[in-house]
Amino acid sequence: MSDHKTMTLTLIVWRQKNANDPGKFETYTAKNITEHHSFLEMLDCVNEDLIYAGKDPIVFDHDCREGICGMCSQVINGAPHGGQDRTTVCQLHMRKFKDGDTIYIEPWRARAFPIIRDLIVDRSALDKIIQAGGYTSCHTGGVADGNAILIPKPVADEAMDAAECVGCGACVAGCPNGAAMLFTGAKVSQLALLPQGKAEAAERVKSMTNAMIECGFGNCTNHYECMAACPKGINVKFIARMNREFLKAQFA
Amino acid sequence: MILDGKCPTGPIEQTWDKHRFDLKLVNPANKRKYNVIVVGTGLAGGAAAASLGELGYNVQAFCYQDSPRRAHSIAAQGGINAAKNYPNDGDSIYRLFYDTIKGGDFRAREADVWRLAQVSNNIIDQCVAQGVPFARDYAGYLDNRSFGGAQVSRTFFARGQTGQQLLLGAYSALSRQIKAGTVKMYDRREMLDLVVVDGVARGITVRNLVTGAMENYAADAVCLATGGYVNVFYLSTNAMGCSVTANWKAHKKGAYFANPCYTQIHPTCIPQAGDYQSKLTLMSESLRNDGRVWVPKKKEDCGKHPNEIAEDDRDYYLERKYPSYGNLAPRDIASRAAKEQCDDGRGVGPGGRGVYLDFADSIKRLGEDTIRERYGNLFEMYEKITDENGYKRPMRMYPAPHYSMGGLWVDYNLMSNIPGLFVLGEANFSVHGANRLGASALMQGLADGYFVIPYTIGGYLATVKPGQVKADHAEFKQSVDDVKAEQDKYLSINGKKTVFEFMREVGGLMWENCGMARTKESLETNLKKIPALREEFWKNVKVTGSGAELNQQLENAGRTADFLEFSELLCRDALHRNESCGGHFRSEYQDAGEAQRDDVNFCYVGAWEYKGAGKEPELHKEPLKFDNVHLAVRSYK
Repeated sequence: MSDHKTMTLTLIVWRQKNANDPGKFETYTAKNITEHHSFLEMLDCVNEDLIYAGKDPIVFDHDCREGICGMCSQVINGAPHGGQDRTTVCQLHMRKFKDGDTIYIEPWRARAFPIIRDLIVDRSALDKIIQAGGYTSCHTGGVADGNAILIPKPVADEAMDAAECVGCGACVAGCPNGAAMLFTGAKVSQLALLPQGKAEAAERVKSMTNAMIECGFGNCTNHYECMAACPKGINVKFIARMNREFLKAQFA
Repeated sequence: MILDGKCPTGPIEQTWDKHRFDLKLVNPANKRKYNVIVVGTGLAGGAAAASLGELGYNVQAFCYQDSPRRAHSIAAQGGINAAKNYPNDGDSIYRLFYDTIKGGDFRAREADVWRLAQVSNNIIDQCVAQGVPFARDYAGYLDNRSFGGAQVSRTFFARGQTGQQLLLGAYSALSRQIKAGTVKMYDRREMLDLVVVDGVARGITVRNLVTGAMENYAADAVCLATGGYVNVFYLSTNAMGCSVTANWKAHKKGAYFANPCYTQIHPTCIPQAGDYQSKLTLMSESLRNDGRVWVPKKKEDCGKHPNEIAEDDRDYYLERKYPSYGNLAPRDIASRAAKEQCDDGRGVGPGGRGVYLDFADSIKRLGEDTIRERYGNLFEMYEKITDENGYKRPMRMYPAPHYSMGGLWVDYNLMSNIPGLFVLGEANFSVHGANRLGASALMQGLADGYFVIPYTIGGYLATVKPGQVKADHAEFKQSVDDVKAEQDKYLSINGKKTVFEFMREVGGLMWENCGMARTKESLETNLKKIPALREEFWKNVKVTGSGAELNQQLENAGRTADFLEFSELLCRDALHRNESCGGHFRSEYQDAGEAQRDDVNFCYVGAWEYKGAGKEPELHKEPLKFDNVHLAVRSYK
């Protein structure tokens, strides 16, 4: 851990005033960056310099900065979240880069995610997919004791593997078809695995996949780019499970 | 003025049931005539909006993020408490109630805490029904773990992401209501004012963060579930967007702010690496189940590789000082103990601000695989941030601001002193006293949202006629004009310092002089320096861009301006409270290093009333009575 060594980097960043602006790349220099800076802290430093110079800082979505809220969303050198295994942008640290590097920074690009400004996109389409059926229709109160229905550990664990999705949309940004199959497959699978979700499983998979299409997401052609981009390591087997659920639902 | 919490009387175990029966009801057919605003969509707000929508009220929900699923409840790692007593280890509603009162250092209301303990079991059932994948054992039963401040295993968990799973449960319930049309969701909106007409809360003014437009929303009741304020310390474990703004605006419109000095410093966070740092990352307290906390006995060992320090040369100070609770001592005690060791020159890592959390013994006993299964994601996160492997060498930890026990004052119905304004979750002051126990924040958020507000708001709405004030009322226009004037002012100053610089400065003053330990002198220093800094802010801040567009600097300017006012109130509250209790430690009041409470003079809730800019706030007191738990010195030895 050498605290004294600093890096200078060239950033090529997508700037776009609003949804109607065509947008373009601008070049900036990041100075005095240490290996302990997170990627977003590096951008904070660049923004401070821009403000001192009276220019508009680069806007980007971020909130928890600990890899769980799913708000941060940048394509770095062509890879959603920067390409480090199971890592969101906010958890990416500058020790992965070296002095003199040139870094390209772009927003999520997908038909279903219109750009709002610079690196910020509108991901409300993901909310619409959940609203279409990503829940169990239980009422507040009036439910059974938590231990009334036993759930074997392997089942609970697999449901949890699917439930880890943070809804960032990296799977969509990484997919050449702009598909939300991994996102939707994860929620469909979580609830189809658990006994509490089984009653509505058929209806759920039909309405959620329908919402997916209506929102303008593409389809899956087995590139597996989604799994590579996913900061939570959600497995493509959940897409296969969704497809099975979908097929079963046709006969339900 | 003496405040009345309107708590029900009689045997404590019957209070909530009796109160629920006594509350007036709104006829099912009339519910849709009432508009309810819910600000914030974390555990408290999300659960409230979903449950109120399901009951039939017309709900409008607001959040500043791009989706209601992102609220900072999502970051809670360790778990949620409930008095299920599944492990048969002696738990009960009474014990959870007792532990919470004692853990809060006898500064919370008994009736509120009893209710929390009583509904805790319903929460687990509710979440299971929603499809929250809690940890299970091989027989299929729900699994439990231990947490600080308790001697029973009552914490339910979903790996190291319990908050995420519970929030996604509430978000799914909310999504269902959005689809059903009972809840209208407004995302990327920040509440910048509470609208009060003739002393009654009637709506809010929000800024649309995408377009910059000011929008008004009127309602028959407003629920704030807007979280805590520890970003006043600049570096904290809160998300970047967490602020005191919504609560502070409500305070300036008349809502009392209770116990702002009760702030929780979490003992196990990853130490700060440099001054560019934007936030601190928490490592779940559950790690203390299997990790042992230590520092070198000898100062000269601090620079050594920890694995080279002999067993005899290590000071397992929590086990030494608190043998019965050991590494699971409550948060405030564990944090202060860490600070003491570091102040004594035995801290480790950069600047000597760190202690070790060591898993070597547990790995030897249980194997690395078991530890990985329990805390794998935390070890991964630690390595991403520090580039160190926690399985191979002890983690370095240091306390960081994490949670605010203080908040807007509410009565037993969660209603503030402004009729029609309800406050839920971390935003209110109600159940944690001066210190919150681990795994109790999730419990409170969901208790307030699912099982308290659906009853108590009905009791209020049944007494008012729906739709009395509309958004075209003059007060709404005035509110927009005021907010706009403030925004224009930020943009017009064009000074030399950025918003971040001011936030770092005020946060630094707060951490230095009003952090883990406070003195009369340090607080008086802040009460001089903060107003000066505030004055400088209004002359020298630089915000670029305009108000009619997405402008993150402008958003931060508003939040910082509010912190610059609120921080002064926090210090004032800390200065007036001449005792040490829970998260409020005044160095003058201690007994051999332990907090010295003063029950004769300070056994009350201190609620502050805003009196106008530049005027001293007025303190109102609500005396606390302990009929069920004996008011005693809090000992974990």
